[in-house]
Amino acid sequence: MEKKNKLQFSKTFKSNCITYGIVIVAFLIVQILLSAGLVSNLLKGLLVPLCSYAILAVSLNLTVGILGELSLGHAGFMCVGAFTSAFFSKCFMDTLPTLVRFPLAILVGAVCAGFFGLLIGIPVLRLKGDYLAIVTLAFGEIIKNIINILFIGKDSKGFHFSTTSAIDLNLEEDGQVLIKGAQGITGTPNDSSFIIGIVLLLITLFVVLNLIHSRAGRAIMAIRDNTIAAESVGINITKYKLMAFSISAALAGVAGVLYAHNLSTLIALPKNFGYNQSIMILVFVVLGGIGNIRGSVIAAVVLTLLPELLRGLNDYRMLIYAVVLIAMMLFNWAPKCIEWREKMLHKIKKNKKTTKEAE
Amino acid sequence: MALLEANKLSISFGGLRAVDDFNIKVEKGCLYGLIGPNGAGKTTVFNLLTGVYKPNEGIITLDGENITGKKTIEINQAGIARTFQNIRLFKDLTVAENVKVGLHNHLKYSTLAGILRLPKFRKVEKEMTEQAMELLKVFDLDSEADTLAANLPYGKQRKLEIARALATRPKLLLLDEPAAGMNPNETQELMDTIRFVRDNFDMTILLIEHDMKLVSGICEELTVLNFGRVLCQGKTSDVLNNPEVIKAYLGE
Repeated sequence: MEKKNKLQFSKTFKSNCITYGIVIVAFLIVQILLSAGLVSNLLKGLLVPLCSYAILAVSLNLTVGILGELSLGHAGFMCVGAFTSAFFSKCFMDTLPTLVRFPLAILVGAVCAGFFGLLIGIPVLRLKGDYLAIVTLAFGEIIKNIINILFIGKDSKGFHFSTTSAIDLNLEEDGQVLIKGAQGITGTPNDSSFIIGIVLLLITLFVVLNLIHSRAGRAIMAIRDNTIAAESVGINITKYKLMAFSISAALAGVAGVLYAHNLSTLIALPKNFGYNQSIMILVFVVLGGIGNIRGSVIAAVVLTLLPELLRGLNDYRMLIYAVVLIAMMLFNWAPKCIEWREKMLHKIKKNKKTTKEAE
Repeated sequence: MALLEANKLSISFGGLRAVDDFNIKVEKGCLYGLIGPNGAGKTTVFNLLTGVYKPNEGIITLDGENITGKKTIEINQAGIARTFQNIRLFKDLTVAENVKVGLHNHLKYSTLAGILRLPKFRKVEKEMTEQAMELLKVFDLDSEADTLAANLPYGKQRKLEIARALATRPKLLLLDEPAAGMNPNETQELMDTIRFVRDNFDMTILLIEHDMKLVSGICEELTVLNFGRVLCQGKTSDVLNNPEVIKAYLGE
């Protein structure tokens, strides 16, 4: 029996290793292709956003798949992480070396996004029902709009804030406008790279996978499966809901930091931090399989690359994209398809056994 | 002094007085039954005892400690664990994990230790697995430790729910219709299990049940509820022979 326990323990360990392995192998393949010069400029530009989307998908899966709550404002947390960290980096651009500044920027982005997650979670997660979806949806839009009217400048007297225009900041002559409302932040140091993106993705996976397979993770999943029963065995519902949601928000903030430091001009557009982006992340999670962390990474990569790879087909691009979405949905969720997949898996396992026996 | 004492418990939902002036005294080590016709308020009493509802009036004490109006988790930590009439397992967790959730407040390590996989995590996690397997063995579920709870047959799901409740190390175990939907063989087996739990875990058990064979077979004392009020209370044989009980519940 003890053997069996060990077996189960190593099973999750093995599954986690496969997930890390897929990421590392993908990284190596891209590196080889890069050094062979086989990657187009367009794709090169996509590498960092790809990592950032994968982190977002994994972090949202923690909320949707593991905690079982719907969040429609994940891009909002990404936005908080992106702007706070870009602001931080810009402030300390000349005083701190990159090696110190960037990790600190990541920390700032994660903590700020996590803080907002906590702030929203405290009132909303006490309620039962879909309130989180509604409130996060509003939060995402509010954050984006606030950043679009926010002006922050710095001079010898310290920081100045305004919500109308850069002139209203009343800066002295040596002053510098850091956040220019709808024009966003310009001149953020380009600290992100593909390697950093992959490392951050691995860290995200490490945090999320280890959290799931621990005491806290079991409590979170128990709440998802049956709140009343979880309460009856003495699980603090609010605490674990808040924990899962703010970790999820903080990781989305990390994705935002990565995204922000890849661009020299960061603007809060509906395209990158709006409602559509939140839905896109949710699509990654749903099509990758709710609660399936590895699936989220794969879905994020496939669904981001596909429209770009299909660019050559012009008019048919969105058509094929839509067909792929439907096919993935069927493959993941249709009962007949699940049955067929199980059958095939069974067959493969059987084949393996017979070949082993033959040996 | 009795382990569980409830005095003059009452609760109303709108105009309906679901439980009215309910008194109960459960001695330590006793196997106590709560019976009554459908809608008599039995499950409501359980919900009052476990803090799901707060009573409008009355006092509940457990082992001398006043637990009236406390939250469900506080009451669980004070020592009351329960099962549910309609099984409430953590369906997408394995059998072993279900029990480990029950051990949540007894074997602890911080979330950070879990994420970073510190030595404390390994040590406590190993202890958790050992204790969970020990409990599962009692209920003959150890061979299915890695099965998803949703895939267990009905009778075993009921057993797993009891195992999970016991994992919280309660002083008092509340079983809400443990034999519902079981065939006679399964019921017989369940009776043995309940007796075994009482004897080996030194447990006090309060159960709601409709199966009179089970009630007369294992319960030492009974309370009969009717329309939210106590109809009769006492030794099982006395209660079951009481003409009023026969009229209200058993049928003449």
